[in-house]
Order: sequence, then C-alpha cells, then structure tokens
Amino acid sequence: MDKKRSISLYDTMLKIRMVEEAIAELYPQQQIRCPVHLCIGQEAVAAGVCSNLKKDDYVMSNHRSHGHYIAKGGDIKAMMAEIYGKATGCCKGKGGSMHLVDLTVNYLGSTPIVGGTIPVATGVAFGIKLKKIKGKVAVIFLGDAATEEGVFSESLNFAALKKLPIVFVSENNLYSVYSPLSVRQPEERDNVKLAKAYGIFSDRGNGNDVEEVSRITVKAVEYARAGKGPVFLELSTYRFREHCGPNYDNDLGYRTQKEFRAWLKKCPLENYEKMLLKNGLLDERKIAAMKEKMQAEIDDAVVFAKNSPFPDIKEIMSDVYSNEVGE
Amino acid sequence: MKREITYAQAILEATDQCLGNDPNVYIMGLGVTDPKGVFGTTLGLEKKYGSSRVMDMPVAENGMTGIAIGSSLVGMRPIMTHQRVDFMILSLDQLINNAAKWRYMFGGKMKVPIVIRMIIGRGWGQGPQHSQSLQALFAHIPGLKVVMPTIPYDAKGLLVSSVEDDDPVIYIEHRWLHNIFGEVPEEMYRVNIGEARTMRVGKDITIVSSSYMSLEALKAAEYLEKDGINAEVIDLRTIKPLDENTIINSVNKTGRLLVVDGAWKSFGASAEIVSIAAEKSYGKLKSAPVRVSFPDAPTPTSWALANHYYPKFIDIINATGRMFGVVDRSEKQVGISYDVPLDVPDKSFMGPF
Repeated sequence: MDKKRSISLYDTMLKIRMVEEAIAELYPQQQIRCPVHLCIGQEAVAAGVCSNLKKDDYVMSNHRSHGHYIAKGGDIKAMMAEIYGKATGCCKGKGGSMHLVDLTVNYLGSTPIVGGTIPVATGVAFGIKLKKIKGKVAVIFLGDAATEEGVFSESLNFAALKKLPIVFVSENNLYSVYSPLSVRQPEERDNVKLAKAYGIFSDRGNGNDVEEVSRITVKAVEYARAGKGPVFLELSTYRFREHCGPNYDNDLGYRTQKEFRAWLKKCPLENYEKMLLKNGLLDERKIAAMKEKMQAEIDDAVVFAKNSPFPDIKEIMSDVYSNEVGE
Repeated sequence: MKREITYAQAILEATDQCLGNDPNVYIMGLGVTDPKGVFGTTLGLEKKYGSSRVMDMPVAENGMTGIAIGSSLVGMRPIMTHQRVDFMILSLDQLINNAAKWRYMFGGKMKVPIVIRMIIGRGWGQGPQHSQSLQALFAHIPGLKVVMPTIPYDAKGLLVSSVEDDDPVIYIEHRWLHNIFGEVPEEMYRVNIGEARTMRVGKDITIVSSSYMSLEALKAAEYLEKDGINAEVIDLRTIKPLDENTIINSVNKTGRLLVVDGAWKSFGASAEIVSIAAEKSYGKLKSAPVRVSFPDAPTPTSWALANHYYPKFIDIINATGRMFGVVDRSEKQVGISYDVPLDVPDKSFMGPF
C-alpha cells in the first residue's frame, strides 16, 4: 500500500479514536445528555471500508455510528453539536448520538433500532438502480446481532434478486449489549456462507487490520459498483468500552478479562501505528503533529457545540410533516 | 353524460396517471402483476410501464417497506400495496420507527414520500386476521397521514394527492367499496388530504363516519327523515390530519354528534372525534355524543356471528333515534334479517375473498 494511503487510513482511525475519547472524557460533565455508543477498538472497519468510497456513494449505519460518520467525512462540529442537543447539530438536536446525518457527503443516516437501516440502505441501492445511475454504491454497516433480524434476510434476498449495488458490512464484535454470540446464534451458523446461499459475493476478514479491511473492500466495492450485484462482508472486531457510555464494563462479568486483554493487544490503531513507525512511513514527530492538529479540530468542535444555542421550543412541532399540519 | 366507473377502476386510473406523470413513481406489492391485479386496481400497468416500475415483490413486508423508504430517500415515489391490512402489521417497525420519523429525527433534511395502500376485508368469513380496521393505530403516529376514501371520485383524487405528498400516506380501501360506481372525471385531479366531505346537509344531528360506514350512515340518514330527523353526514375522507373545522362547525350547528366508525370502539378514531367535540363544542352540545362501532373483539368468521358483529344502518337509525326519544326500530321494519348471511356487499359478490 502506498504511503499516502497508509497515512490517510491511520489519520482516519486516529480521528475516530480521538473524537470518541473526547466524548468519553466530556461525558461526566453531564452536558452530553443522550446515550453514546463508542466505537473505540472498531475504528479499522469504518476507516478501511470508507477509504474505498467516493463522496457521493451512500453510507448508512446503526447506533454505534460515530466512526462510520467520521470516516465518510461527516462534519465533526455538526456531530458534536448534535450530541450536545444543540440547534446547530446535524439533526437540529432532534436526533442525538444515535441519529447522525450529513447529506453533503451522502451519509444518509444512522438509527438505533437493530437492523432498522438495513432495508432502508437496500432501498437506496434499489433507488440507484431504478434511476439507472451507474457506478454508485450504497454501504450499510451492521452489527452481528442485526444479522439475526428478519430484515437482514429480507434485504439480502431482495438485493440478490435485483442485483443491487450495495455492500453489507457486518462488524462482528461478538456481543449484543452483554449477550454473547453463543446465546444468540448456533455455533454452526456462518453468515458468509448464509449470504453466499443467496448468491451474494461474500468475504470475511480481520476487522482490526485496516489494510486487510481496505483490501477486501476494494474488491467488494468494485464488484458492486460494476453492477454485478450485492456483496456481504463479515469483519471481526471488538468494542473496548462499555456497550453504551464512556466507561469500561468488564466488571459486569459478561466477558472475561483474559478475552479483553487479548483483544487490547489487537488494537487496530496502536498496531497500525507501530507498523507505520517500523516501516518508516511515519515518525514520532509526525504523529505528534497529527495528534495536535486533530486535537485542535476536536476542541474547536466541542467549543462550537457548547457555545451553540439550544433549539427553539417551536422546533418540537416542526419537521413532523412536510406541510406542518401539526398544532 | 357523466362518466361512471368503479372505485377499483378509479384507483387503477389514478395509479396509471401518476405513473405516467412522474417517472419516479413505481408500484410494488404482492399480486400487483398477477392476473387479478389486486382486485383489478393494477391490471395492465406492467404492460404499459414495464416491470421495473410495476412489480410484484418478495413476501417480506417489513423489509420491503424499508426498501420503499430507502428508495424514496433518493427521489423515488413508491406505492406499496397490501391485499389485506393485516399483512402490513409485519411492517410496523419500518413504518413507525423509520417512515414516520425520518423527516423529524434528521432535522427535516429528508422526506419519505411513500404511499402504502391497504385493503380492509369484510364478510365471506374473512375472520380475525383478514378484516382488521387499524386506521386509529396509524393515525396515532405523528408523521403519518391516513386517508380512507369512500366514493370513487375521492378514491382517485386522494390517491393522486397521496402519491404527490411528501410525507408517508396510509391509503385504506374497504373491500366492499371496490365495486361501487360513481362519477369520476377522466383527467388527473386532486382531492386535498385533510378535508372532509359533507355528504348530506342536515340541521338536527351530525353523523361523522368514514369509508364503507359512510354509505351505511347515508342510508340511515335517509330513513331518519321519516322521523323528522334531519341528519348531516360528514365523510371524513382523511383520518389524519383530521378536518376538525368541518366537524366542529357542523356540531355547533346541530348540537348533536353520532360517530360511526368501522373499527373497535376503545381508544379508536371515534373516541378522538368525541373528545374534540367535548373540548371544542362543549357548550353547544344538546346531548351526550354517541358512538356506533365494532365490539371490542376480533372479527368472528361465521356469518351467524359476523351478522351481529358489524354495525349496520339499523344500528345508526336506532342510536340516533334514542337521542331524540324515538323508540328503536325492529329488523323487520327496516328490512334486515339476521337469519340470512349479510356477508356480501351486493349479490355480485360470490367470494372467495
């Protein structure tokens, strides 16, 4: 992989990590008053996949969506303001962390009903096809639990039936809240094989290795973009923090310290940083400069969010209908 | 001579004109392209517009609703059909969590212009899972619009308005209306969403009804003239947003309100309408509002039970009469017998569904 591209992947992961850590740090101030599902530990999936997308390709996602939004190029200020419930937020304060959107980069939205955006993104791909637009793809990020939802199967079936330009990216982080895969899916289940059974081009990979994610996605996006049909990817990864909130939740006992430590060693950001240093693609000084620049951008976004006004009370009744029929 | 066509033909004509008028409109649903064409409402459309715009679909109501939503986010205007309301219940997640909220939860940045047509079954043993009337359920959800045309003219005009509307619209058809005839202009026209129709002007009582029950209400109103009761009949046409002004103006004039709702009584549309009258016409009411609706039980299949389950014009006549101190009429007096099946809209209806 060329140097510029490697640094760009690192830069995206770093940005996601630093934004998430900033949120975690700010959360105890009690000014962020909505649930936050941090993706620390899962940055490589978002960064690797989105690095192969064009600005006008569509992306949709779920509750743990900060990384996807950032990797697609979503505006950080609008995101922070949204999390702070401000009028300047990407949803004018009506969505919060679980509802991010940035139409300037075709990030069409994330929602927290498990699997809820899978058919919607499939419909976006269907719209692309109906409008006979060539060379444009939709990407839907989903979690391992979402593959248990009916709409997952329904969407795979339809996407395959109509050969839609969509890439389904399953981030398998092993847990749905505190419920491990073992209580949710039979051991024999293999989602890659399942997708293949629908006639869908499918692949799997290490979701903590950003270059591997990128390599797999290049093929997937090319395939979908060429109009050959949908693609399903399963990328294994691990969330470091608690399911929802800024802390760690290993004390609950739903996962072992041994497992957690093993995954910490597979940290996508640290390992990639080490690799770049070792190969001389980056040095400590450059990394420090990148972090400093990023921190300034994040600090700006936080100041912007904090200083922004709250939405006007009239906003309660606006945007319910196109013609505002409400009282 | 004015042209008369059926309600089903009016829906077909509206769909045809919407497809012809806007390349972003498409229609999908189970049976849309089959030989029966959703009770004749989609016949011939595939041949005219092609299979990429007029299509059958997988039996996956929730997923397909989400797919319709997604396509609307990139500019399409889907019409989705369900042969029975009951099947769309599978798609309540996509309808309520996504379609209804998409505009709001993303700060007004996007719109979901989709129309979901669904048909209420009645009679011929449709039973508990083929005859539900869920207009109140949909109308309860902010973000959804709900229309229930009664006559062919409104069936066409409201479908055109629904397709052109930028919000998700639930378009509910009663199976017993499909074969009724009415005057329908050939050109494309619109009936505004949110406007009720005063079907009959009267001064003594306001009868508010919708869909098929409006026909029963009209029949009852004619009969009530014999008692010297001059009833005004308001056909809602749109359930949400409700045309409160038309209802309130009428109630203020007549001082009496009877709501006829082809649905369960508790927490239903009838409760909403009575509440509005109580809140806004309290001082004008001469007697307590009355409701005629379904008993709070699923629809039984046997015609012997269904005969007594569905309210009919005799129930409207008697409920109204009681408000004026008139004694109840017998079945014989109004020409109804519960000893024979009352499970078809007319003799041409021979089943099976």
